[in-house]
Amino acid sequence: MRKAVTLRRGPLSFQINLRVIGVLLGLLAVTLGVMIINMGLGEFPIAPVDVLKTVLGLGTGEYDFIVGTLRLPRNFVAFFVGGGLALSGAILQGLTRNPLAAPDVIGITHGANLGAVAVLILAPTAPLIALPGAAIGGALAAATITYTLAWKGGTAPIRLILVGMGIASALQALTTLLLTHGNVIVVSQAMVWITGSVYGRSWEHLARLLPWLVVAIPAALLLARHANALQLGDDIARGLGARVERNRGLLLAISVILAGAAVATCGAVGFVGLMAPHIARQLVGPSQGGLFPVATVAGGLILVTADMLGRTLFAPIEVPAGVITAAVGAPYFLWLLFRSRNA
Amino acid sequence: MHKLQAKNLTLAYDGAPVVSGLNMEIPSGRITALVGGNGCGKSTLLRSLARLMKPRGGEILLDGTSIATMSTKDVARRLGILPQGPVAPEGLTVRDLVAQGRYPHQSWYSQWSADDEQEVERALAATSTAELADRPLDSLSGGQRQRAWIAMALAQGTEILLLDEPTTYLDMAHQFDVLDLLWELNRSEQRTIVMVLHDLNQACRYAHHLVAIKNGAIWAQGNPETVMTRDMVRAVFGMECRIVADPVTGTPMCVPLSRVAAAAAAD
Repeated sequence: MRKAVTLRRGPLSFQINLRVIGVLLGLLAVTLGVMIINMGLGEFPIAPVDVLKTVLGLGTGEYDFIVGTLRLPRNFVAFFVGGGLALSGAILQGLTRNPLAAPDVIGITHGANLGAVAVLILAPTAPLIALPGAAIGGALAAATITYTLAWKGGTAPIRLILVGMGIASALQALTTLLLTHGNVIVVSQAMVWITGSVYGRSWEHLARLLPWLVVAIPAALLLARHANALQLGDDIARGLGARVERNRGLLLAISVILAGAAVATCGAVGFVGLMAPHIARQLVGPSQGGLFPVATVAGGLILVTADMLGRTLFAPIEVPAGVITAAVGAPYFLWLLFRSRNA
Repeated sequence: MHKLQAKNLTLAYDGAPVVSGLNMEIPSGRITALVGGNGCGKSTLLRSLARLMKPRGGEILLDGTSIATMSTKDVARRLGILPQGPVAPEGLTVRDLVAQGRYPHQSWYSQWSADDEQEVERALAATSTAELADRPLDSLSGGQRQRAWIAMALAQGTEILLLDEPTTYLDMAHQFDVLDLLWELNRSEQRTIVMVLHDLNQACRYAHHLVAIKNGAIWAQGNPETVMTRDMVRAVFGMECRIVADPVTGTPMCVPLSRVAAAAAAD
């Protein structure tokens, strides 16, 4: 039996699924735990208790620089980038009614990549701030091209996915072409970008990322009701009185903004947008009002954990978080394919 | 009571007209069945009645107003449609699906009103899906699943309900389950039901009003007794048959004269 609390007052009425709240709190607690451990690990190990004290401002001041300036913002960035990618993927999977959809499957991430790599190689003197702009611009451009090409008196979900995959390949090829023209140093810089890493991310990065999320996450939650209708297919959604194309366009735009902002901050961290929504669905089912927040937190947890593993597995060599997510995500993707083939 | 009409309706896919200049009035508070051969345009017609397809010409009138000019949410409060072969996301429970039927009555600030709750419970009870409410849809049999979808359409609380082949893919027992359910809904709540049916004999048993469609035009319409004739079956389905009285209900029943039957008769 589903446990839920209903709130009603005058014309206002909401239903809160207690399972969703429980899962969210549990995931947040685990995330905090992993963050604290992650902040204690490294070349300069700090006991978790001291990490906690420092974060809460109760410490001796001894670790303020390492925790406060280096490790804390990096963990926050990892959490929010992972969350953004995960929510982007959750929205796309619902929109396309396809569990294999994700920003890195239908070309959104590839657009961001191409934008960033183009700046790195064609305009190496451009200020660093140009990189995120180019990435978000690239993501939007890729999504616009996909959406336009998939439009045929409406956008059928399967056409959106197939066109998106085609666009992804084309953008990938363009990126590779660019890479062969750059000099070695720039290309290696670009390669790190493509893999995705949270290395050296600071409060500034976080400050540039958060405004996008502050707008996009509540907007996604507000549209969850419409996303639920769309999940039942276009005909059912229209029959229920949903404005299908408008809602799909809005949700797609939010998904692109989330993925673009995430990639702009940390590069193309792969597979988080694919895995996190799946985990969330296993935990709370496919209703989008619960799935969106749970997927977001799950994605954050995944990237924080990936960062921790990347920093410690082969220490002192640091493996980019994107390599860890890919190492776990690629087999996961294959398993999903295998399972959907046998379903 | 709400009234649904098609006026001078022309429907087309990519230029090729499927229906042209069709006029039709759906009797309110009754069950109407659309029958016809494959590709005759009956499903297309049903979809256009539910504004899932834009007419090339003419209009669909709901209580005298063209549905194209009405807000889609307004339409959804008066008219519900269950398309053919709907698919729900994996893991969605019956209750969550049925609750989705309340969509046109909700808004961002009113997401689960007392009405919503009551209508969902009523729909679950009416379709005998209450005991399945917490099960995922994909764990149910075809018949149970179809009942859950009908419950969703019921929860929408519309007086007019359109269904596109609600019995397809169901075994015989489940087909009659679904049809009995729709008949009961019509009888107890006076809902107007319009459905596309493949089985002529089922159509005659359950419909008050039969519309036979050929090449996108109405070949005959009226009560089953007048519409169901050898001439109609020959013209609309291109088949010889004999019409007898259904031994159970007395409604007309079509017994096809296939080549096998002809051979057997000749022996």
